[in-house]
Amino acid sequence: MQFPGRRKKLIGSSQNDLYDHCLQFYGQPPLENISLTEFETFAVERLKLLKTVENLGVSCVKNSEQYTKKLDAEISSLNFPQKAELSEQKVQGGISEYEKRRKDHISHFILRLAYCQTEDLRRWFIQQEMDLFRYRFNDLHSKHKTDFLHKNNLKYETVSAEEKKSLQDKLIASSYGLSGTKVEEHDVYKVPFQDALDLVRTRKVYLLAGNAYIPHHEIVTIVLNDFRTRLSKALAMTARSLPAVQSDERLQPLLSHLSHAYVGQDYSIQKNIGKISLEQIDALSGKSFPLCMRHLHKALRENHHLRHGGRMQYGLFLKGIGLSLEQALQFWRSEFVKGKVDADKFDKAYAYSVRHMFGKEGKRTDYTPYSCMKVILSNPPSQGDYHGCPFRHSDPELLKQKLQNYKVSPSGTNQILELVKGMHYQLACQKYFELTHNVEDAGFSLNHPNQYFTESQKLLSGGRDIKKEVDMSQRSQENPASVTRPSQANSKQAHEEMGDLDSFFQDE
Amino acid sequence: MSTSDYDPACLPDLLPLYYRRLFPFSQYYRWLSYGGVSKNYFQNREFSFTLKDDIYVRYQSFTTQNELEKEMQKMVPYKIDIGAVYSHRPSQHNAVKSGTFQALEKELVFDIDMTDYDDVRRCCSAADICSKCWTLMTIAIRILDRALREDFGFHHLLWVYSGRRGVHCWVCDDAARKLSVAARSAVAEYLSLVKGGEETVRKVVLSDPIHPFINHSLSVVERYFQQYAIVDQDILGSKESVDKVLAVFPVDRYFFKEGSSVSYDLHFSCVSVKSNSKKGGQYFDKEIMLQYCYPRLDVNVSKGVNHLLKSPFSVHPKTGRISVPIDLKELDTFDPFEVPTISLICEELEKPRAEEAEEDDMKDKENEQEAGERRRIRDYKRTSLAKYVKVFDRFLEAMARSRKGEMLKKSGEIEKDSVFHIHLILAFTLQMD
Repeated sequence: MQFPGRRKKLIGSSQNDLYDHCLQFYGQPPLENISLTEFETFAVERLKLLKTVENLGVSCVKNSEQYTKKLDAEISSLNFPQKAELSEQKVQGGISEYEKRRKDHISHFILRLAYCQTEDLRRWFIQQEMDLFRYRFNDLHSKHKTDFLHKNNLKYETVSAEEKKSLQDKLIASSYGLSGTKVEEHDVYKVPFQDALDLVRTRKVYLLAGNAYIPHHEIVTIVLNDFRTRLSKALAMTARSLPAVQSDERLQPLLSHLSHAYVGQDYSIQKNIGKISLEQIDALSGKSFPLCMRHLHKALRENHHLRHGGRMQYGLFLKGIGLSLEQALQFWRSEFVKGKVDADKFDKAYAYSVRHMFGKEGKRTDYTPYSCMKVILSNPPSQGDYHGCPFRHSDPELLKQKLQNYKVSPSGTNQILELVKGMHYQLACQKYFELTHNVEDAGFSLNHPNQYFTESQKLLSGGRDIKKEVDMSQRSQENPASVTRPSQANSKQAHEEMGDLDSFFQDE
Repeated sequence: MSTSDYDPACLPDLLPLYYRRLFPFSQYYRWLSYGGVSKNYFQNREFSFTLKDDIYVRYQSFTTQNELEKEMQKMVPYKIDIGAVYSHRPSQHNAVKSGTFQALEKELVFDIDMTDYDDVRRCCSAADICSKCWTLMTIAIRILDRALREDFGFHHLLWVYSGRRGVHCWVCDDAARKLSVAARSAVAEYLSLVKGGEETVRKVVLSDPIHPFINHSLSVVERYFQQYAIVDQDILGSKESVDKVLAVFPVDRYFFKEGSSVSYDLHFSCVSVKSNSKKGGQYFDKEIMLQYCYPRLDVNVSKGVNHLLKSPFSVHPKTGRISVPIDLKELDTFDPFEVPTISLICEELEKPRAEEAEEDDMKDKENEQEAGERRRIRDYKRTSLAKYVKVFDRFLEAMARSRKGEMLKKSGEIEKDSVFHIHLILAFTLQMD
């Protein structure tokens, strides 16, 4: 893939063949030049799409009406391809289908760069891309499905009419949703059983001489397996050529930011400064803090100390809920002084870092409070640390005990533990929210500890309606804000975050 | 009974004799080399040995048949297991950069163990077997053999008696050896119908429509059910066991005809289903038959590419029996208690030799090694092991024929496509960066 260049160069309509189907296997990397702006925009938008896919995947039944409606809306709003026909005309004031397909193509490849590096990242990326692909494939008309198969050399033979007839009863008895007429009218594909393992495993297909006889409507499972295998191999190859890409300093910060990205509100702009008094913090920690922060607060109170990781995670959170710099300094000093640190030492060593958090030292960047993704994925806690996400990093037994201590009901605790087992950490925290606030539905999709706090406060002050309005205005702030700006800001800041914070990772 | 009394204490004396004069090394080597098609296939195969005093050693590998023989004669393993073909010689796995030593291929294997049927057999339990419950193995072999051949398209299956309480299946097709972990586990799951442990009472659940595989399996079970379950196992012979059968289903669904004596020609015809039974329960008779007879396999044995399994022709230290191949043509008459023990065949070896044998001895003095082999071949032929080695030979022949057929096919194709091939490779490499 080529990276140089600032100018966008479209290689004319001969490229039409490249995008003649709205769905693709992403076999060939894009071969054009694009601007950095477009590079970032495309990447961030696809990431938003994949995150939606992830969220919907755990909150709705896949492919249910609710799921398809929501995903449809997201695809549409982010300008990804939907229509099967490629019409050249630009939709009034919008983007042509061709452009959307091009974006789909390019953004996929960019994200490959960001998500190829670790096993976890790869697994996540493959899972979401597969779900997206499944959704889009199922959405296709049967004619387009066949088109797709042929265009992509899935040389699965179709079974001859005579063979179909002789096997008709067996086919009906083994495949879901088949009837006599369906067998006659539609194609049945003969696929080596190794390519149809999911169907073989559950005995949902007819097997003969090593071949699985797949009816037309089931072919998506096969196609998905193929997709997964190809993507997995491709990511492994991408990882090997990554050092070359990372040496391009324009791209490196963006790519590392992408894989830890949080693409919602970032709580960097402080609202309600000074509205919270230090005396309230203890009470608030029990009522409105997410478990991670409650845990950190308790550890701070008990040990009169927190290590670097904990100070960052908790300190930035406090900034996000509205503590001013003066308040923060007072808060940390008063606690540390109760421990082994005297006032002088605090002023010398720790005060600097608090001021740094508020952007009053060094590069003077205003650091943003950590999102859930960041807490869950980066910097896992070790012995003596209290930061991280308790749902992710605590031993389930300890987590259970802690929840019981905080008076969560046994059934609630079990629900939470189930979610943890399924690795749905943010949903587990959301459930914790629901249980501690006594509501059935949190009413929001948890992505950020400060979001937890804000939502909790709203709920407790009876302001559910107000919340809706605030939400809508927030959303309208986010979208038209042309996507380039926040992403540029994010990437710049992420770059700096990486640079400066690294120098701070020295524990005493 | 044609078995000499076997005493495990004699193993240290019998094993060296067995490995020196009876173990069919050349056939064994021929098997595991698979025609020499893949380089180093035999050399990269892992064996594991259990030595005297339960010392277990893994990652044994050998470069030639000769080395295999010498090592086995030297180490005198009590148990021999066969593992996977690795990327490097297992005996040198420590010298390989970590992460690069990997299991690449292995036969697809199945292990059917009689202990897994304890909840449904009344005659024996645990490691014991008898002629009454051996039918379960016969049923298992018939069902699995058919499925592996007809459904999955495999051709080269070696069924082996484990030596005590079960049978193993080695699927040796090329395609089978190359299967991934996911594929192996999918095959094993496809073949599994009896699910659940102690806690589960109803272990087989059938619903419409019934998959052709299940129907095939049922027809095998039905063939044996009357004799096996009703007569031999006598599952309707006492109130207790009848209750056990009925316990599989909620009692209110059906009733046992009152007053009918529990006689031996029951076909569940005296059990009727209440008309208000909802879906499910309509196949209770099939489900019961399957629960009592359908093969129970351990998916974990089949899943792993690197899983080690007892080797054919190894000795079972507890029973002394040799793990012999089973001839499917004689399956219904196979009797595990007729399988030769190591004591028997060693004894047979000591019997005075016929005259022709002495002549050959003279010729042998000329060429020691050939002589050793020839002698060995003559030797096992004089023992009860002979017929089992023959089964093995036929199995090897079939594989050799099949390999030949494959090569002929391929060479025909290659000539045609060779020019095209080259262009394609060039185009591909150019595009690759």
